[in-house]
Amino acid sequence: MTESTGRIETIAGPVVKCSGLPSVRMYEVVRVGTQKLIGEVIEVSDKEFTAQVYEETSGLAPGEPVISTGDSLSVELGPGLLGAIYDGIQRPLPELREMSGDFISRGLNVDALNKEKKWEFKPSVEVGAKVSPGDIIGKVPETGILTTMIMIPVGVQGEVVEIASEDEYTVIETICKVKDSHGDIHDVIMMQRTPVRVGRGFKDRAPMDTPLLTGQRVIDTFMPQAKGGTGAIPGGFGTGKTVTLHQFAKWADAQVVVYVGCGERGNEMTEALEEWPSLKDPKSGRPLMERTVLIANTSNMPVAAREASIYVAVTIAEYFRDQGFDVALMADSTSRWAEALREISGRLGQLPSEEGYPAYLGSRLAQFYERGGRVKTLASDERLGSITICGAVSPPGGDFSEPVTQATLRIVKVFWALDKDLAARRFFPAINTLTSYSLYHSTLKKWHIENLGEDWPELVKESLALLQKDQELREIVQLVGPDALPESERAILEAARMIKEDFLTQSALHEIDTYSPIGKTYRMLRVIIGFTQRMAAAVKMGVQVKRILDLSVLDNIARMKITPLDTYEEQMDAVEKKMEREFKSLLQELSDSGLLSEPVV
Amino acid sequence: MSNTSIVYRSVSDVSGPLLIVENTHDVSYNEVVKVRAPNGELLTGTVLETGRGRAIIQVFEGTSGLDADITAVRFTGETMHLPVSTEILGRVLDGAGNPLDKGPPLTAEDHWDIYGSPINPYARQYPRQPIQTGLSSIDGLNTLVRGQKLPIFSGSGLPHNRIAAQIVRQAKIPGEESDFAIVFGAMGITATEAQYFMDSFEETGALEHTALFLNLANDPAIERIITPRAALTAAEYLAYESDLHVLVILTDMTNYAEALREISAARSEIPGRRGYPGYLYTDLSLIYERAGRIKGRKGTITQMPILSMPQDDMTHPIPDLTGYITEGQIIVGRSVHRRGIYPPIDPGPSLSRLMKEGIGEGMTRFDHKEVQAQLYYGYSEGCDLRDLVAVVGAEALTERDQKYLKFADRFEAEFINQGEFEDRSFEQTLDIGWDLLSDFPERELKRCDPDTISWAKNQNLYKSS
Ligand SMILES: Nc1ncnc2c1ncn2[C@@H]1O[C@H](COP(=O)(O)OP(=O)(O)OP(=O)(O)O)[C@@H](O)[C@H]1O
Ligand SMILES: [Mg+2]
Repeated sequence: MTESTGRIETIAGPVVKCSGLPSVRMYEVVRVGTQKLIGEVIEVSDKEFTAQVYEETSGLAPGEPVISTGDSLSVELGPGLLGAIYDGIQRPLPELREMSGDFISRGLNVDALNKEKKWEFKPSVEVGAKVSPGDIIGKVPETGILTTMIMIPVGVQGEVVEIASEDEYTVIETICKVKDSHGDIHDVIMMQRTPVRVGRGFKDRAPMDTPLLTGQRVIDTFMPQAKGGTGAIPGGFGTGKTVTLHQFAKWADAQVVVYVGCGERGNEMTEALEEWPSLKDPKSGRPLMERTVLIANTSNMPVAAREASIYVAVTIAEYFRDQGFDVALMADSTSRWAEALREISGRLGQLPSEEGYPAYLGSRLAQFYERGGRVKTLASDERLGSITICGAVSPPGGDFSEPVTQATLRIVKVFWALDKDLAARRFFPAINTLTSYSLYHSTLKKWHIENLGEDWPELVKESLALLQKDQELREIVQLVGPDALPESERAILEAARMIKEDFLTQSALHEIDTYSPIGKTYRMLRVIIGFTQRMAAAVKMGVQVKRILDLSVLDNIARMKITPLDTYEEQMDAVEKKMEREFKSLLQELSDSGLLSEPVV
Repeated sequence: MSNTSIVYRSVSDVSGPLLIVENTHDVSYNEVVKVRAPNGELLTGTVLETGRGRAIIQVFEGTSGLDADITAVRFTGETMHLPVSTEILGRVLDGAGNPLDKGPPLTAEDHWDIYGSPINPYARQYPRQPIQTGLSSIDGLNTLVRGQKLPIFSGSGLPHNRIAAQIVRQAKIPGEESDFAIVFGAMGITATEAQYFMDSFEETGALEHTALFLNLANDPAIERIITPRAALTAAEYLAYESDLHVLVILTDMTNYAEALREISAARSEIPGRRGYPGYLYTDLSLIYERAGRIKGRKGTITQMPILSMPQDDMTHPIPDLTGYITEGQIIVGRSVHRRGIYPPIDPGPSLSRLMKEGIGEGMTRFDHKEVQAQLYYGYSEGCDLRDLVAVVGAEALTERDQKYLKFADRFEAEFINQGEFEDRSFEQTLDIGWDLLSDFPERELKRCDPDTISWAKNQNLYKSS
């Protein structure tokens, strides 16, 4: 047995206890058994250590060797990430398929980034320039959507003594040489390697004053996310977590999307792979896949890699943040990650806390969400980048009082509560407007007013008030029937019905409705609230709700959702005019026949 | 790998389904173990934990009759494998894959590991071809798609077996005579239930395309851990090596999960909800995720697991975790059943998530999406009103509301309700849908495109005055 080889002592599922590697470190990657399965050290004691193995351990036996690598679990960062799909430890799935066919076998070793592919590099510094970590020394037009910035890695500082000319290079060719203050020369390549468990550094946090627009009306209006914010979407099965996160991945105005399918369905990753390349980014018109990195540890893939997948994803997100981009990270589902944590912890014999989860569940979740945020990146100049994290939570039985949901709610600032009843009625997105919230309303207010209109906060407030009132009234109706309500309250029920039917519901499957730019969302809300105000005023003057519901403008309102993006401005103008006209003539008609309690002024 | 010629007589403990053997050498994790009981019977188990000269073994037949003195244990050095070939069709096997019929031992083209390996998500192809089951409540509202895993959630005393048998009888892809096979995995169902399925397969001549794995109620409980895996291994062979479209019925998954709970309890693992192990989700997904469709391969695996919900409780861990893994669920509802409707499928909580890609022009009919949405809307409005009427009486309802109330009744009686041998085509199902929607004025049909409505009028399907 050489110095860097230990032996397996016991095996229980993904947890393997080993001996004989005195210098092994926590979180070091080890190769386990004769098949060299990939594992990571998660516990070190006097004579022994424990590794979690990222591959199926069937057939592994005590006495088999364990080799230390001296490396911690790291990701490769550089050109080639965009459009890729990786497993939970950043092995590219297409390459795995080439090696082992349609089913994933074990002991496969593949590089995350292609080392042979050449990328067009365009230098942006000259010899003699002073550079520090994070400074951009060149650019690679990686995809039609995004130009990747090549940065000076951490640990390198000094003067550029050589810089590659504009040409094609692989990610491991030296493109720059930097002389530090001791006169030592550092070779810089395009690729960086970063351990996944500690975040990439930044200078400072920056205020989150810009919304991450998702194109989903209920969210952008009532519980908006901020660029750099954190949000969670809990809900029982089939309530719409994945659809919503897919919608974010498709339509959110982020420059880079990292989507991690953590312990979920294989077909959902396939759906993304098949659909997203053919969807166009509304801004650039380029395929959405060109801005996307997918990480897939599906539920049938090894549990330990599930635990790692979240960190792999957020480290990739940080790399793009550091380049100055707004990144959106979607994790579906953080509950499966927590369960992986629970399973490993159980096998380690750690003392369980609530529902078997380890006591550190809350702190691990917090550490993960902490890696989101809007920051001033490492660099000599001022550069802002952000990571917005949106995590799905899958509470057992749809009951939000369970530990993962509760721990998550203590951390995140946006809460999109999915409602089983709404989902059962096919009311999608099944987000409960009354229990969901965003703590970013006030920081985003300025943006909303400047970019939409002075009236935005008022419109939002008024709609929420109507929905709230509607809920109360409906409880009464359940007791006494609708006949008992006065006309003014019936008008409220109708107003709420319009908000729900014509504004809140949004089909992810409809070609046009799937994406609602914020300008369209604003105009729609203005029309609807405009209508409800006119309706309330008319009812006050003695008009019956029934008469108002006959107005033909209601049909136009119902079809606002599906007005094409290039013509909605004109169409909404027309709807507003028609609405005004129809109300006027209705009042006139009733007033003429003396049916109003107040005269038309 | 362990030395397969050593016979251990060093059993130190027998507890529940577990056997602990001492002084073992390099026994590998999850390998198959042969156990000779004192009475000479040969039992099978697998290694759950190994190391430091000790192995913990789960014995599938249970450990009754085993002792610490005479019981002999031999490790085989291999994980559990099933002999696979197309000749498995037409055979009746026990829950571990050994012949129960009078036939010869299974021929083997190959031996496949029953645990399988995960399909590379990059190798999957998204399921898009609808299967016509002939049941409107499924085809019209929650279409089943090839390669999907769509469970039936039911309860004791509900006719889920009749529904499953009807689906097996009628399932087809219209206009495509295809190579079709059924793999049926029974876990802990009664002999009568098993016989019902066999008779029903036989009647329709399906039996020769069927492989049955039967672990019945009086068979060893722990064997149920193998049954679905053996069944799916056979299905994978049939689908991916023999290009067949395989429908896998697994029933009853609740019994499977209970076997898992028994092992977990015997190992004194920290229990999750209601005593089920914390890894139940992962374990179930290793079964359900074996459904699918793979790029470049002809065959597919569609799964319909059946499970009975204890106390009809959908939040019980078994249906709950199943719902979190499968691509929707079909709910057999007790109240629908009480109203005398067959099949008593409750549309509200039922859902087929893969339907959206599998319906419409070229697959079912172009108007399917809209009709489905409109029917759903109408039925859920109607059901709400039923609740209201119970309180305030029907007179308090508006004319519009009356329509919805009536619609809900007709919908149940004419659309959901159908004969056990009535095989409706997609067109027939959608036509019934339009007929019911004819009770509403055009303006009420907000889920339908005006063009679709005019088409339906022209076809004389939508007959509203
Ligand atoms: N915005 C939407 N538009 C249209 N349909 C939707 C929408 N949201 C959800 N759905 C419907 O609900 C189904 C379930 O949604 P989804 O797969 O997102 O659930 P989930 O919460 O992720 O469930 P699970 O926890 O089991 O993964 C979808 O297949 C789709 O039919
Ligand atoms: Mg989901």
